[in-house]
Amino acid sequence: MTDTLTRPTPSGSPGPSQAPQRRLRASSSTKALLWPVLALVVLLVVNVVATPSFFDLRIQDGHLFGPLVDIARNSAPVMLVALGMTLVIATRGIDLSVGAIAAIAGAVACVHMAGSSAEGAFATAAVGCFTALAVCLVLGLWNGFLVSVVGIQPIIATLVLMVAGRGLAQLVTDGQITTVNNDSFSNLASGFVLAVPLATVVAVAVVALTALVTRRTALGMLVESVGINPEASRLAGVRSRTIIWTVYVFSGLCAGLAGLIIAANTRSVNANSLGLFIELDAILAVVIGGTSLAGGRFSILGTVIGAVFITTLARTITNVGIPSEANYLFKALVVVAVCLLQSPRARAALRVRRVRPAAPSSAPTAKAGPA
Amino acid sequence: MSTATLPTAGPSTWDRVRTYTPSAKYYPVLATTALFIGMFGIGSLRFEGFGDPQVFLSLLLDNSFLIVLAVGMTFVILTGGIDLSVGSVVALSTMIAAKTLEMGWSPYLSIVAVLAAGTLLGLLMGLLIHYFDIQPFIATLAGMFLARGLCYIISIEAIPIRDQTFSDWAFRTVTLPGGYYIGYTSVIALLSVAVAVWVLARTRFGRTVYAIGGSESSALLMGLKVASTKVGVYVISGFCAALGGLLFALYTLSGYSLNAVGMELDAIAAVVIGGTLLTGGRGLVIGSLVGVLVLGIIQTFISFDGTLSSWWTRIVIGVLVLVFVVIQRVATRRQA
Amino acid sequence: MTTMDTDQAAAPRPAPDATPDAGVPVVEMQDISITFGAVRALDQVSLRLFPGEVHALMGENGAGKSTMIKALTGVYTIDSGRIVVGGEQVEFGTPAASQAAGISTVYQEVNLVTNLTVAENMMLGREPRRLGGINTRAMNRKAGETLQRLGLDIDPASLLGDHPIAIQQLVAIARAVDVEARVLILDEPTSSLDADEVAKLFEVMRTLRDDGVAIVFVSHFLDQIYEISDRMTILRNGRLVEERMVSETSQLELVKLMIGRELEALEQIDREVAATDSADTGAPVMKVLGLSRKGSLEATDLELHEGEVVGLAGLLGSGRTELARLLFGADTADTGEVQFRSERRRLRSPRHAIDRKVAFSSEDRKAEGVIGDLTVADNMLLALQASRGWLRPIPQSTRTSLVQEYIEKLDIRPADPQALMRNLSGGNQQKVLLARWLITRPEVLILDEPTRGIDIGAKAQIQATVAELARQGLSVVFISAELEEVLRLSDRLVVMRDRRKIAERRNDGVSVSDVLEIIAGEARQDQEAHPRD
Repeated sequence: MTDTLTRPTPSGSPGPSQAPQRRLRASSSTKALLWPVLALVVLLVVNVVATPSFFDLRIQDGHLFGPLVDIARNSAPVMLVALGMTLVIATRGIDLSVGAIAAIAGAVACVHMAGSSAEGAFATAAVGCFTALAVCLVLGLWNGFLVSVVGIQPIIATLVLMVAGRGLAQLVTDGQITTVNNDSFSNLASGFVLAVPLATVVAVAVVALTALVTRRTALGMLVESVGINPEASRLAGVRSRTIIWTVYVFSGLCAGLAGLIIAANTRSVNANSLGLFIELDAILAVVIGGTSLAGGRFSILGTVIGAVFITTLARTITNVGIPSEANYLFKALVVVAVCLLQSPRARAALRVRRVRPAAPSSAPTAKAGPA
Repeated sequence: MSTATLPTAGPSTWDRVRTYTPSAKYYPVLATTALFIGMFGIGSLRFEGFGDPQVFLSLLLDNSFLIVLAVGMTFVILTGGIDLSVGSVVALSTMIAAKTLEMGWSPYLSIVAVLAAGTLLGLLMGLLIHYFDIQPFIATLAGMFLARGLCYIISIEAIPIRDQTFSDWAFRTVTLPGGYYIGYTSVIALLSVAVAVWVLARTRFGRTVYAIGGSESSALLMGLKVASTKVGVYVISGFCAALGGLLFALYTLSGYSLNAVGMELDAIAAVVIGGTLLTGGRGLVIGSLVGVLVLGIIQTFISFDGTLSSWWTRIVIGVLVLVFVVIQRVATRRQA
Repeated sequence: MTTMDTDQAAAPRPAPDATPDAGVPVVEMQDISITFGAVRALDQVSLRLFPGEVHALMGENGAGKSTMIKALTGVYTIDSGRIVVGGEQVEFGTPAASQAAGISTVYQEVNLVTNLTVAENMMLGREPRRLGGINTRAMNRKAGETLQRLGLDIDPASLLGDHPIAIQQLVAIARAVDVEARVLILDEPTSSLDADEVAKLFEVMRTLRDDGVAIVFVSHFLDQIYEISDRMTILRNGRLVEERMVSETSQLELVKLMIGRELEALEQIDREVAATDSADTGAPVMKVLGLSRKGSLEATDLELHEGEVVGLAGLLGSGRTELARLLFGADTADTGEVQFRSERRRLRSPRHAIDRKVAFSSEDRKAEGVIGDLTVADNMLLALQASRGWLRPIPQSTRTSLVQEYIEKLDIRPADPQALMRNLSGGNQQKVLLARWLITRPEVLILDEPTRGIDIGAKAQIQATVAELARQGLSVVFISAELEEVLRLSDRLVVMRDRRKIAERRNDGVSVSDVLEIIAGEARQDQEAHPRD
């Protein structure tokens, strides 16, 4: 692209717009969120048509109830896992082990509580949860180590924990489905803060914290920089190793928190099935929210909408009367639709006008997934 | 000074055997085989009856479906891709088989239907991956959801397979000298391995698979048929998944939507343990066969022991995959 | 567009009287023009390839060489002009069509597959078959025969990756030859080869040439051009300069044709830096001893002083960028050490260098500089932010004022900190990248081709900025393919050629022609010391 040939004016170029105090890049991100929001709205409309009482909210014992509240509560685990997944994907990575980590977290907490003499005490619950999260921290460090230090592809590095992790969770629970009788703990899933479900509050709090940390510190920008152009970032002195390590730790912690909520919901932990396939839902939420699997710019708000979308989808299906197993088919459709939307080839095929290509695109290189 | 000059013959056969060093590409498979033999040895020492050759043959019997799956997965991984849908396709295959047999179809027709379904799904995924530039991970993820969803559409409940011919096949065995037996299903599995070995080593398609894994852009510039090969490996994987599903149906004699959950991970683990690089371009199908046997023998270990809980399987598999991947990483880093 | 020479005629001049009658050209490209968007990559360029000749295609970066080749090999479509092969006009829609017509290319990166055997790499796609599969034995035998014919002793059954790059390149040529090529295009084949390997390559080329193949040889290495080529075509800025016979062109003339200035015009270039008191330079800031890296740079010493601009002069491929990268730790050196004031170090990463106040602006801004999806502000503050770590974000007010300051200082357009980097023109992107480094307040600033591909106005601004920075005490290493730019700014000149430093002197009245003499003179000295053929 050529510049104009005018001689530069030493001073007198028009003043630039002041960097606004609010988040940067608002305009482009709002455009990108249009599709997922639209899709969510469509789902909500379908729900209301099927059950006119869908938007009803009622207050009982000072707590909010209603289908919308249910969705808010049920989307908490997926939202948390997807949050961690977002940052990992932004660095061009992926974390398949989140389901296993969630199971381990639930197992550690429940086993601690069930085996304690004061099974129902708040302190026991607190210690159990704290221990569980500490374990998740270590697991995240492990994943991060494999990826950033040893240099193993993220997909296989986290696959190891995905496979072995379930075994570890079963080891912790000794193969038993461990039930737990602790009201403070179950409050995590069924309790309320003011009128709002506690699980939702926790999820929203973590989302807010993440948004704060990534956008108020330089972490968000550095993560994006590493994902968009790792080489340029390296040459600019960005410590990519530390950053990549950090996002895997964060992902582990989020998965642990989600695992605790799930376990609290069922008041038990089944190491085999807790959090099964949650990684797939999380990846789906991230992709729907507009973050590309190839890494780079990420959108926390997009992920939140994606997580709500997935939960609403499941709800919609049962509401409309389709057997819940059809969930899979719809997810398949959603995945394909999102990918086609993101694929430049498909977009080009849909366009009517033909632009003469300036130069043929170089040969594509396919990899197994986010490498 | 000089001895009488005899016409110099080439090295004798004995010399060649004696000085044989396998080419580097066999090292990973040899490592895995050594591991397998080692485990077999330890098992024989530790447990009564473990060393019986029938135990080995039972490995083949119990894992024939996984062998076929691993064969298909090897093709895909060699090109640098991945196929997450195979477990669900296995389940779908059992459902289609069970349902069609229940509806009264001839078993041969059922088989055709199953194979067609798997192949078609593979074709769709391959087209999405190559022509729309969708990453294999996400395209086959969609395939996984689709196949699983179709399972549930067919039936939520399990459907038993009562067809006589089918059941016959399930139990048909080939007797080997010494009184040992091997199932027909195992024969099919071994046959698929043999065919795959030939295709990958001796056909243009197979060599192109390796070429794509080595460098897709170079393969294009060399004028190789990259498009049809890339789509082709997913077709093969789909076909193998369907065939594996048939073998699984013969094994369990029922169709159930919750079958084979996570089986794709076992297939991937087997391929990785067998020495194939996830980045593509290097690996042998034989390795994947040995990888399946390694997975199987871990299972056998645990069942012979009786005291070890089944979840140790998972932990050991995870550790094995890790070890092999780290070794691969170190080996490739040194080459680079 | 770019700078014009008033004395350059628009029409191409193949100088027919200069070329002896070599018969009918096997391939003729006539008045080829290709335009990409607003850029005229080729403007009525002609090229004639005769059988049994090695034809060198020459020109600096952006001259149009690779575009020309891609037009011939069917990668690009031609806007106007024609290609005539064997007397008939043809149109190549795809690379396969070009290959089918007997035109084979061997690219700079060996475009083969290292995990297949040599024979497979040579013959896959055309391999002998048996019973539906590949006849491996026959394939190995045929491959062996071709290798023999070229005088190469390579085991066809061995894995390609087991061989060094030089051998892989020869196999790539063997593949091309096996297709019964009439034209063989070698694009920078010697970039990664050492002297012995180059000699081997040339042997193979001579064999092919004697067989009647027309060989196109693209290279920056002047002495290699002179050693192997019969004819040469020189391109500049997308236009044909001349077609000449190698035997009738001195190296000095060649370099002048490539760079494009007449001798008289060269000696009239202003030298603004001459005004400064170049007598004293400041204290040494950085010193390297014996810095080298296999395949990139031979052992080099260099000393940088405060307030001094050191210009690295040389043609492409001379090792300037390699030296710059080693100074910054972007690549790790095999030998040598770096001294910062009093401290001795091995530089292992850019992070190390930045911590010691060194900054580096890469020549490939797209791959190594621009973070396209981030804003101008983020791009500008990246290095500074990376130094502070992620926990300490730069306060908003500082961000605003810093970004504002440099947008004004460097006249970046559009003057919008929130604009996405990828939407800026090349020149403005370069200015943002320059700002990125200046914001870190370095002591040593290494600039690799900072004015490449940008307009005159921006060029002048950047040059003025560099001069100003040196006056303020910064030590600058300046690399540019445009010699007069280097001369305008440098206090000291380091002349490089073929990956080593060949001369170093103060810039006191050195002219472009002097530098060209040095570069060309090396070859003469070389020839006298080691006469060939």
